[in-house]
Amino acid sequence: MPQLFAQPSLFSRLYSGKAWSMLAAALALICLVFHMLNLLLPADSLFHVSDYTVALTGKILCYAIVALAIDLVWGYTGILSLGHGVFFALGGYAFGMYLMRQIGMDGSYHSSLPDFMVFLDWKTYPWYWQMTDHFWFALLLVLLVPGVLAFVFGYFAFRSRIKGVYFSIITQAMTYAFMLLFFRNETGFGGNNGFTDFKRLLDMPITTPQMRMALFILTGCMLIALLLVSRAIVTSKFGRVLTAIRDAESRVMFSGYNPLHYKLAIWTFSAMICGIAGALYVPQVGIINPSEMSPGNSIEIAIWAAVGGRGTLIGPLLGAGIVNGAKSYFTQAFPEYWLYFLGLLFVLATLYLPQGVLGLFEKLKAGRRAVKHSDNNPIEKA
Amino acid sequence: MLQTNTFPKHECLGIHPAVRFFAMLFVSLIFSGNQAWALTGAEKVALVRGESEQRLQMLDKVLAQGDVTATVYLQQLLDDAVRLDGDKVLIVTDEGATNVMTGERTKPSEAAEEVINNNRIQSELEASIATLNLLSQDASVRLAAAQKLQGTEANSSRLLLIAKAEKVETDGKIRALLQQVRASIELTSDNKATRLAAAATLAASSNSSIKQMLSSRLAADGETDAEVKAAITQALKKIDRDLATFELLGQVFTGISLGSILLLAALGLAVTYGLMGVINMAHGEMMMIGAYATFLVQNLFLKYLPAHFQWYLLAAIPAAFLLTALVGILIERSVLRSLYGRPLETLLATWGISLILMQSVRSLFGAQNVQVENPAWMSGGIEVAANLVLPYNRIFIIAFAALVLVMMWLMISKTRLGLFIRAVTQNRGMASCSGVNTSKVDALAFGLGSGIAGLAGVALSQIGNVGPALGQSYIVDSFMVVVLGGVGQLAGAVYAALGLGILSKFFEGMAGAVLAKILILVIVIIFIQKRPQGLFAFKGRVID
Repeated sequence: MPQLFAQPSLFSRLYSGKAWSMLAAALALICLVFHMLNLLLPADSLFHVSDYTVALTGKILCYAIVALAIDLVWGYTGILSLGHGVFFALGGYAFGMYLMRQIGMDGSYHSSLPDFMVFLDWKTYPWYWQMTDHFWFALLLVLLVPGVLAFVFGYFAFRSRIKGVYFSIITQAMTYAFMLLFFRNETGFGGNNGFTDFKRLLDMPITTPQMRMALFILTGCMLIALLLVSRAIVTSKFGRVLTAIRDAESRVMFSGYNPLHYKLAIWTFSAMICGIAGALYVPQVGIINPSEMSPGNSIEIAIWAAVGGRGTLIGPLLGAGIVNGAKSYFTQAFPEYWLYFLGLLFVLATLYLPQGVLGLFEKLKAGRRAVKHSDNNPIEKA
Repeated sequence: MLQTNTFPKHECLGIHPAVRFFAMLFVSLIFSGNQAWALTGAEKVALVRGESEQRLQMLDKVLAQGDVTATVYLQQLLDDAVRLDGDKVLIVTDEGATNVMTGERTKPSEAAEEVINNNRIQSELEASIATLNLLSQDASVRLAAAQKLQGTEANSSRLLLIAKAEKVETDGKIRALLQQVRASIELTSDNKATRLAAAATLAASSNSSIKQMLSSRLAADGETDAEVKAAITQALKKIDRDLATFELLGQVFTGISLGSILLLAALGLAVTYGLMGVINMAHGEMMMIGAYATFLVQNLFLKYLPAHFQWYLLAAIPAAFLLTALVGILIERSVLRSLYGRPLETLLATWGISLILMQSVRSLFGAQNVQVENPAWMSGGIEVAANLVLPYNRIFIIAFAALVLVMMWLMISKTRLGLFIRAVTQNRGMASCSGVNTSKVDALAFGLGSGIAGLAGVALSQIGNVGPALGQSYIVDSFMVVVLGGVGQLAGAVYAALGLGILSKFFEGMAGAVLAKILILVIVIIFIQKRPQGLFAFKGRVID
């Protein structure tokens, strides 16, 4: 919507009035409606939202943040990452370290060390566990660990102009390597089992409905805040350069821009968002283990964005909701058909939904109005 | 009854077989049902009664007689078939009990108890059996006996017999073994010259148990003579060097065999990616289907042609190729055709296909691994040294990979289809203008790439587990090969595969399997910094 860029007002640049009101409604739904329906209504009421639904929705909101992150790099910059799972998991592990420290002496061995370290016969915390008992430090790690990894990895990759499928394959190799590393007991992150059995967060019990609701609301607010930040990025001049890199990187270079800085910045930002999502995910789900880093998981993230509609920010959020909603339904109702469904989704989404559900939606709307919309989402090549 | 081939050579020399037969018949009639005819009843009793020392002395005496048939009784003694029943000694088998003195059949009384063999007697019994077996006419029995003796403690009472056996031995390998066994006994001899000679002989053994024995001789209560000590140290050094060399060779060999698997996995990818820019994430599943095709062919052979079972693999090769090629062409026609020019989308779509294929196989064959047996001619291996055995199945895979490589090279460079494939790879538009049916070439090339993946699956089924997730573990590795080797180049794929294979085996030896994998990935990533287009890349002017 080019007419929006003419106006410098940030408020109107981001979204139209109608979209703003929808966002406000979503925020209210998350903060107030879910809250009241879950906590205040009796369990047998028709409108009661069960704890399970809250947990599931909270999980999906975390995934939506990841989908947002992938849309920034894939949808807008044309970098398909098959390794975003590793940033998500690192954020989760960073916050998980804090949660493990909060268990204190309540582990099954009643030691100040986590159970898995007692099991390995370690006497003290390794150096990278220092300070993790401070909440602020854990928050810092949540941002810094994925951020630094992404920065270093991205710097080397983008500097030598690795792109397209080459880049995708290397990111996949990266997440695979990290998965293998974290599977080792000696790495000091609990091996196969990862972190689980959390007891407290900020010295408050973690399993109470109130805590769960607080985390849920926090996740929802974080998602909407990150959505607005992302929207601000992609509609800025910086964002326009990103889109230009996606569509014709060489021409951007010929025009005097260095794509390295732009790619590196958005790539690192995206990884940090993933870290935040991981940190919000772990206390809600109650476990983090290396399987989060499996290459398959990261590819699934890409399909959320593809199903929802790349390069739209909102689309990937919808995609994360649709795919994960379907997943939790299928794995309960027909566990053996879930992989068929997911596989078909991959194939059909790439074949018939090049612009995702949102694109389909637009098309239908355009067809009804009999007006040709051709300015939206000019994604022909990724 | 008696088997003529277990008779000692040296005793029967010059005796007519018929005479021998009657002699045996006669003897066996006297000791009816008692096969160990050469031992007298009194000797047998002496072997089980009394103090350990006396029994061992008797055993030495039996050994000195050098009669291979005595092993039967010794084995029975070892297997607890010999019982003490009051003052009688009985051999109790499934058929009943026999009194060793009289050879009569009796029934053991309730008081009958097993002969107690302590550890020392047990090991001496085993060694004696092995020593006597050295005189067997069956070369495989002799070989097993010599190998057994190599691991047992040196004992001079066996020396005479071993030396005798060494003299008449015709098989070079067994003789070399016996030489070592003799030398390790002679190392404790009183004669200095003998000891020196023994140390020199043992230097050539390249065997870690002999190494241990030698270093124990160097200990305080062992060798005292300085000259012999020096010889032993020399021998130890030589053995250490040999062991290290063989270990290195072993690592190179396993590296090459891993590399040839990677090569098989990557060759197909090189075709499909080089030609069409298609990242085929379902490539690993093609390998899996190839392995399952092998499984099916194996079962067909088991059911309909059990006599020719050992040749099922030869039938499985074309079957796997055709099946996977067909699946590949089907995928290309139905899905990939409409995605050309959009490599990231093909990546996602083929990932989806891989999920579907995996789940289909799981529904058809179950989530458990299936059993694929090696044909008989592939079990065992070439023993180069004690610590270096080259298994036949690994050798088969290396040869197979080389064969596939040559076939593929011939096909790409010599056939008309190969010409078309090269033309389309280099310039699709121009090839199309010259009348090449590019869409047909695409389908066939994708079929070819998938078929080669199927062949890789046949090879994998011979060395690892066959299960629905088989392909998953190779997909990252084979992409690494393609990335490292560069696109559309057979030579690049060969060097990259062998290099990665050998390198990862070396790292595995140094740092363990997981760290080795991580190191390899790091190296690949760093390498790509230097050469983003891989080892061998087409020089081109096209930038985007």
